[in-house]
Amino acid sequence: MYAFEIERPSTVADAVKLLKQSDENQALGGGQTLIPTLKQRLAAPEVLVCLSGIDEIKGVCTDDDGRICIGGGTTHGDVAAGSGAYPALVWMAQNIGDPAVRNRGTIGGSLANNDPSACYPAAVLASGATVVTSEREIAADEFFEGMFATALNEGEIITEVKFPVPEKANYQKFEQPASRFALVGVFVAKFADGVRVAVTGASEEGVFRWTEAEEALGGNFSASALDGLSVPADGMISDLHGSGAYRAHLVSVLTKRAVEAA
Amino acid sequence: MPKDGGIGASSKRREDVRFLTGAGNYTDDINLRGQAYVHFLRSDVAHGTLNSVDTSAAEGMPGVLKVFTGADFAEVGGIPCGWQVTDRHGEPMQEPPHPVLAQGKVRHVGDPIAAVVAESREQARDAAEAIEVDISDLPAVMDMKEALKEGATKVHDDLTSNLCYDWGFVEENKGAVDEAIKNAAHVTTLELVNNRLVPNAMEPRVAVGDYSRGTDDSTLYTTSQNPHVIRLLMGAFVLGIPEHKLRVVAPDVGGGFGSKIYHYAEEAFCTFAAKKLNRPVKWTCSRSEAFISDAHGRDHVTKIELALDADNNFTAVRTETYANMGAYLSTFAPSIPTWLHGTLMAGNYKTPNIYVNVKAVFTNTVPVDAYRGAGRPEATYQLERVIDKAARELGVDPIELRRQNFITEFPYATPVAVEYDTGDYNATMDKLLEIIDKDGFQKRLEDSKARGKLRGLGINCYIEACGIAPSNLVGQLGARAGLYESATVRVNATGGITVMTGSHSHGQGHETSFAQVVADMIGIDESMIEIEHGDTANTPMGMGTYGSRSIAVGGSAMVKATEKIIAKARKIAAHLMEASEADIELKDGQFSVAGTDKSVAWGDVTLAAYVPHNYPLEEIEPGLEETAFYDPANFTYPSGAYACEVEVDPETGKVTIERFAAADDFGNVINPMIVSGQVHGGLAQGIGQALLEQTSYDADGQLLSASYMDYAMPRADDVPFYQVDHSCQTPCTHNPLGVKGCGEAGAIGSPPSVVNAVVDALQRAGHDVTHIDMPLTPSRVWAAMQG
Repeated sequence: MYAFEIERPSTVADAVKLLKQSDENQALGGGQTLIPTLKQRLAAPEVLVCLSGIDEIKGVCTDDDGRICIGGGTTHGDVAAGSGAYPALVWMAQNIGDPAVRNRGTIGGSLANNDPSACYPAAVLASGATVVTSEREIAADEFFEGMFATALNEGEIITEVKFPVPEKANYQKFEQPASRFALVGVFVAKFADGVRVAVTGASEEGVFRWTEAEEALGGNFSASALDGLSVPADGMISDLHGSGAYRAHLVSVLTKRAVEAA
Repeated sequence: MPKDGGIGASSKRREDVRFLTGAGNYTDDINLRGQAYVHFLRSDVAHGTLNSVDTSAAEGMPGVLKVFTGADFAEVGGIPCGWQVTDRHGEPMQEPPHPVLAQGKVRHVGDPIAAVVAESREQARDAAEAIEVDISDLPAVMDMKEALKEGATKVHDDLTSNLCYDWGFVEENKGAVDEAIKNAAHVTTLELVNNRLVPNAMEPRVAVGDYSRGTDDSTLYTTSQNPHVIRLLMGAFVLGIPEHKLRVVAPDVGGGFGSKIYHYAEEAFCTFAAKKLNRPVKWTCSRSEAFISDAHGRDHVTKIELALDADNNFTAVRTETYANMGAYLSTFAPSIPTWLHGTLMAGNYKTPNIYVNVKAVFTNTVPVDAYRGAGRPEATYQLERVIDKAARELGVDPIELRRQNFITEFPYATPVAVEYDTGDYNATMDKLLEIIDKDGFQKRLEDSKARGKLRGLGINCYIEACGIAPSNLVGQLGARAGLYESATVRVNATGGITVMTGSHSHGQGHETSFAQVVADMIGIDESMIEIEHGDTANTPMGMGTYGSRSIAVGGSAMVKATEKIIAKARKIAAHLMEASEADIELKDGQFSVAGTDKSVAWGDVTLAAYVPHNYPLEEIEPGLEETAFYDPANFTYPSGAYACEVEVDPETGKVTIERFAAADDFGNVINPMIVSGQVHGGLAQGIGQALLEQTSYDADGQLLSASYMDYAMPRADDVPFYQVDHSCQTPCTHNPLGVKGCGEAGAIGSPPSVVNAVVDALQRAGHDVTHIDMPLTPSRVWAAMQG
């Protein structure tokens, strides 16, 4: 890696101040993507602003609306341990990476990175969660803007994510054999007012909602409601692990499985 | 009853204590006073003309001692190839130069262009970024068949084409084979790819070069499976340093699998630069760098035809293989698709007519050489796949088809130039069917169906040629080295023994199993014996460890040396007891006079050898130290039968291995636990090849699977609990221990049974799928099911 300075502020306000000092300054969450990137010299920040010392963005609680509120600096392991009221979210967090990743990686870091194969984006989008930042609240539908792109401004930090708890939910992850990221992951969440289906890993545009499936499931929450439905292979990622057609096929298979398992 | 020591005992691996407690001494643990660090600037294009390398900016960077380019190596030799293959027409293979640092052209992504030596690793890396390289891109030569077409871009401009050799084996068989295929009642044809693999030893390669100005001695610490071979190749052919001025040390080495056999440019560089700069120079390979600089394995494209008569007897096998050499010839590369592959095409079967054609091709990829099994997995895979396909085409049981064609009488001379000494293929097949519980398969199939899964059973046999190798034979075949092994047994005054072996242990457990042999021969405790290896300064010239040769060849040398020790010790004992040497018996570490109660202990004899106050000095010299060199009379031929049971998810194509059984005949077994461990590791690698490991280059020669994000190594949950058995033992007839070797069997025997099992599962479900190329990733299996 290239040489850099590191700061470890203890408040969100201090972190934001440091980040806004220069475009070359970079927030560091759990470092599960950024540190390998630095090691490969693919990034050269002047100052790394380490968020791990900010206690106010750690932990899991429940708000008055019954939402599970997870601090942006909470590790996947702590998300799994603290989100018992939302079993599908627990399962998802428990199956990210390996124990080392889960003990370092954070929900805020994952969402800010918005890797097209990451799991959290599917959970946030399917849950209709709200992303709280150092500046504002962003609805899930407004947050994800394509592969590695989000609505976050420079220097804006995710401080909390608020998950409404669905009546039923399930996450199906089909692992890419090498990285064990989602080759395709489908998160299905059934609420009183409708069903949300979010798909990660598949699209060149990053996580997306499969609205056709949502409508079908809204009327009849059963796998058979999805018979004959499919997403087009166009626009799906095609790489050495699977063609766009294969990924499109998996979207249907996994959505059905998620509904059955919910 | 299991033994508690000596040959046949499952003694715990003594070396594991240091490996597991962080007390090992790996090459990267070696740091010398005044050490500098090298960073290699590697080509990021697959093929191009190297117009210029401007190092001026880099030379002035902080901490930089010197920047080397190809021009600095004009005075030394290139990296040599250790094997010459003669083609079908009696001509030698085309052998291109392989400079330490690129000269004139770059030929694969990862080809080293320049090397920066600096005070720190990061400074070297910083300076490497300041080197200005001007390369004119050339089209990348990637597809082997395209590479051989008239007018194809050449990887090496000075060669006549990209063809290294066109090898026919046995050329004289060709007419008879063609005739047998023409007259066959049935011919089964299969075209397949044996996928390229990246070795991925847990410990990446490391080299530390050191030079003593006072004595003009050079030392290289390196991650090698054969330090003497490196000393010979690098000293004699690259740098011109005679052996007595060059010491090569390979201390603890964390896995090799073939990839640490070869002499690599980085080793020569560190040794060369240490002398130039009068500073120790260290290189530690990163994992990313390993993907593009460690020699890869396999990469064959093959068409195989199996001819049968009306009674389903095999009458002929004919193969045509394109074997990828990569951009340069690695140390053993030419021998892998030829002598370690063609000679095994008879497999376990009495096929009378066999002809193997191999075209070795240069491409703009990382060089390819031996990887666990080396040629034998490629032979086994194609043969065992085509037999399975033939059974399906003929509607006969694949097990019975194999049994019908088994070789059952030994010794057996194959039509491909080797003679199997022993074997019992029906015995291992019988054992296999027992341990896989074939009778229970139907029930398990029903259970899988009930869960919506497809299930399949695949079996195969294998044979390998190990105990490499008879020197006079391999010399005729083009080897530029002998393949004997050596050992020195040094008995110390108080009876403890230090064995210095030319074999090298990099995970195999020699320190334990070799000690068991000597302990057993003398009848003393294993703890009295220490096994040393890996340092050319204190071990006799040996050829190292690969080709499942250590116990069969290195162990035999050690047995011979120990026999000399015992013979001399008997003379000393006879003298001490004033008895006739003919009456001396050795049992449990005691020498006794037959028929009397007179005895002396091992330690009394050894002390007398070094304190010869009462000693037959007129008859024998003092001391108790013997060296032996052993050159095997033949290869050994381990064999066995493997079975794999898979489940396939019909919706996703995902394959899971539910059961895997291996019944091996390794001859006599020294340490059953270590042997099981060797089989387990080999199976994991074979299953990795069959299901997971996908080396993928794009058309421009960029390695797409260049990290663990895209290259899938097998993990614990990818493999089942194995059923392994090595109770079927037909001892080798020509080495003193009757051993055959076990290191590669798992990797050789397992890929075909995995693929056979998946094809079986799909066919049982009504899919007309006869073959899928490895790795059988979910997407490939799903695509095959779509038709």
